Amino acid sequence: MESRAVGASVARVDGVAKVTGRARYLDDLDAAGVWHGMTVRSQIAHGVLEGIDRDPSFDWSRVVVVTAEDIPGKNVITLIEDDQPALVPVGGEVRHVDEPIALVAAPTRALAYAARAAIRPRIRPLPNVFTIDDALSARVKLHGDDNVFKKFSIRKGHARDEEIEAALAGCAHVIDSVYRTSAQEQMYIEPQAMMASWIGDACHVTGSMQCPYYVHKAMKPLLDLHAEQAIITQTVTGGGFGGKEEYPSMIAAHCALLARKAHAPVKIVYDRDEDIAATTKRHPAVIHHRLGIDREGNLVVAAIDVVMDGGAYATLSAVVLSRGVLHAAGPYKCPMVKIVGRVVATNHPPHGAFRGFGAPQTTFAYERQIEKAAKRVGAPPLAYRRKHALREGDTTATGQTLTYSVGTDAVLDALEQVAGPKPAKTGTSASGAPVRRGRGVCFYFHGAGFTGSGEQRLAGRATVALTRDGRFEVRASSTDIGQGAITIFTQLAADALGVSPSLVEVVDPSTDRVPDSGPTVASRTCMVVGGLVEQASRALRGRISAWGREFGRANESIASLAHDVAADLGPLEETVQYQPPPGIAWDDETYTGSAYPVFGWAACLVDVTIDLDTYEVAVDRCVQAVDVGKAINPTIVRGQIDGGTLQALGWALLENVVYKDGKVANANMTNCIVPTFADAPELETIIVECPYPFGPHGAKGVGEIPMDGPAAAVANAVGDALGLDFDTIPITPEMIATRMRRS
Amino acid sequence: MKIELIINGETRSADADPWKRLLDFVREDLRLTGTKEGCGEGECGACTVLLDGEPVNSCLVAAGQCAHRRVTTVEGLARGELLHAVQRALVARGGAQCGICTPGIAVCAAHLVDEGLVSGDRARDRVRELLAGNICRCTGYQLIVDAVIEAAAEVSK
Repeated sequence: MESRAVGASVARVDGVAKVTGRARYLDDLDAAGVWHGMTVRSQIAHGVLEGIDRDPSFDWSRVVVVTAEDIPGKNVITLIEDDQPALVPVGGEVRHVDEPIALVAAPTRALAYAARAAIRPRIRPLPNVFTIDDALSARVKLHGDDNVFKKFSIRKGHARDEEIEAALAGCAHVIDSVYRTSAQEQMYIEPQAMMASWIGDACHVTGSMQCPYYVHKAMKPLLDLHAEQAIITQTVTGGGFGGKEEYPSMIAAHCALLARKAHAPVKIVYDRDEDIAATTKRHPAVIHHRLGIDREGNLVVAAIDVVMDGGAYATLSAVVLSRGVLHAAGPYKCPMVKIVGRVVATNHPPHGAFRGFGAPQTTFAYERQIEKAAKRVGAPPLAYRRKHALREGDTTATGQTLTYSVGTDAVLDALEQVAGPKPAKTGTSASGAPVRRGRGVCFYFHGAGFTGSGEQRLAGRATVALTRDGRFEVRASSTDIGQGAITIFTQLAADALGVSPSLVEVVDPSTDRVPDSGPTVASRTCMVVGGLVEQASRALRGRISAWGREFGRANESIASLAHDVAADLGPLEETVQYQPPPGIAWDDETYTGSAYPVFGWAACLVDVTIDLDTYEVAVDRCVQAVDVGKAINPTIVRGQIDGGTLQALGWALLENVVYKDGKVANANMTNCIVPTFADAPELETIIVECPYPFGPHGAKGVGEIPMDGPAAAVANAVGDALGLDFDTIPITPEMIATRMRRS
Repeated sequence: MKIELIINGETRSADADPWKRLLDFVREDLRLTGTKEGCGEGECGACTVLLDGEPVNSCLVAAGQCAHRRVTTVEGLARGELLHAVQRALVARGGAQCGICTPGIAVCAAHLVDEGLVSGDRARDRVRELLAGNICRCTGYQLIVDAVIEAAAEVSK
């Protein structure tokens, strides 16, 4: 049957509920007798917790207080390393400001606030580590002997260090620069929100989250539960961007502990200041990139050193760093590459998942380097990129030979077609100020799905079922966090089954109803889990068709057979588990091989105007041509690219998390700003489709890629306008003013 | 104190502290949970409602100030099942993603469209200026602007 829903911009399944206010987020749910939970946090960054003092004048009989002593199982938030406690125990080490020390719950929010204020942790301070340099010096040891949580090395060309240095020394030009990128707040508009209740010996957790099975995995050891005693359900989630990947496990733990002691359901909804101060952000990074090129501009050798600030606990830092280093050499032909990546421990709140997951940091560095290389040999920026970019048959830094779905020329062509002439370099603003204008471009790629053999290890599963009433259910643990997962799954299932989308329902992700499809991260939901949904749908359709043939009804549609099949055979279901595409081999020991089954490709153009009185940068144009393989729903894909693009423009120019003595100094939306309607340019988004042979209808990842590139394009544009190199972001008016005065 | 107001055209009252935030009064006492809290400090606009026809951040308004005044929340935009033109366009154009900012944006945009504030040559710029108090982190704003322009064209017909 020909495809009907796939490729069409069908309206979001949850659209009407969201525009009418009927969609129920966690804080909107009615729960009889729900108590309000609050978190008592450390106010210093590093020390020993000597005691937790309670104000004796407060009436403690009306509230419950939970400390580490109330934890029935292991005091740890299970993730990769088991190093982060749910609550710091007395005698234990406080490792960052705003670390959870104790919990309170009360029947009203006001009483819970009052109880929280009546508890004071007593902490004996220890020396702090707040910078990457201090961490590397290891004068204060937070983790092992060297404060390095994780280190990766990638070598292409089997070159030893001496050979790399000799190759650099022999190059006609060496571009040697250090790049710095700042922490970035996800700033989902729905703050973190979670609720827990106990029914018998089972703990039910519902809330705003990306990964129900991550929470499930964390609850079992903490609460000493069997798998079926922890039931985790996602509610409608008001944005995530990575910020609701790992941190919800912490809040779920807190709710569950409070509910257990209060014998009542407990919800915790973070205030905005608490959310910004305490939860994860994008890792700040320092990248020293040395690129050697020959007289013609050919890339000869790259030596790249990446260091990220992991914060106080390991959380997801190792995998963020992995993705960062795997993208650090960029989509360019270069025979000799050395990449070393380290993520270090500091006394900042842990940094964690945020759209792009390490790749935006290293992409910023390599696309500034390529810009400088082009300039050094006098080549036009886009032509230089086109000349040296990877194509089919070329190999990446990990030695992965690209054999399909390389969108290099398609995205560069698309960008060039609409680029138009560069704006005039000088002029006057509407208010009469002198201005400078500039243009910047960049070209980049992003690996879709889990790194290396990650997808095989995850072995994600999805189920499609025929229900008793002749309808169809998609069961997957992938969550819709605004990116459109349930709509995409509906489209894929409907077409694979050969029925109308109105017959398909994607059930709410709950660990007692859906299999573990893997987490909702890594641009994998459509490409990987969507593929499973499609395969399961086809298998189910096969069984229904077979029944039709058996009963002489081979000419009837699936929809008309479904009811009778369900009546005859009862509900049916098909579950499919992920199988890697052929030819994918990855070696975790040497970090060589197929880092990703496929890459998305993108090119970006940015025009800026800089007001020479205020040094404000206005983005006049931003064009992104992004190869997504196949747009299952073009409007939804467009929305993903637009949204990621603006987050990247914000990161480049105005978003910054400022730490002072380890504490977020701008923990509110007045000072920790993100772009508004008025800051955003008209976004010119071009969808390019170079199909991935093993993705559903050719689809590959889209969620993260638009975040990677625009920051470099902005820096290149500001550099073009002012004739200065900007290698640190955000490029604030203050930074430009300082540089202009100096020059 | 008993606070009586006209909410979405209907007169309703509830006992509440006059200092209670209008946001909490609407959500907790009137059980209209469409209005969302994003920041509690008047920055994000998720809690936007119309007070006597003008958009306000309901987290910055005391309920006692609203006695006997008209308040419109997102629940008051549709007429039964017939959505407001702005709501229809937001769905059709992809202007809602995670949806948490959407009620505030829908309320504010419906006001702009109904009052004819976003027409003419500079309509797109006007939308961006007048909605600048509503933050969306998902969409990059582009498809919301498209939706509001489309709704404005439909309403002005």
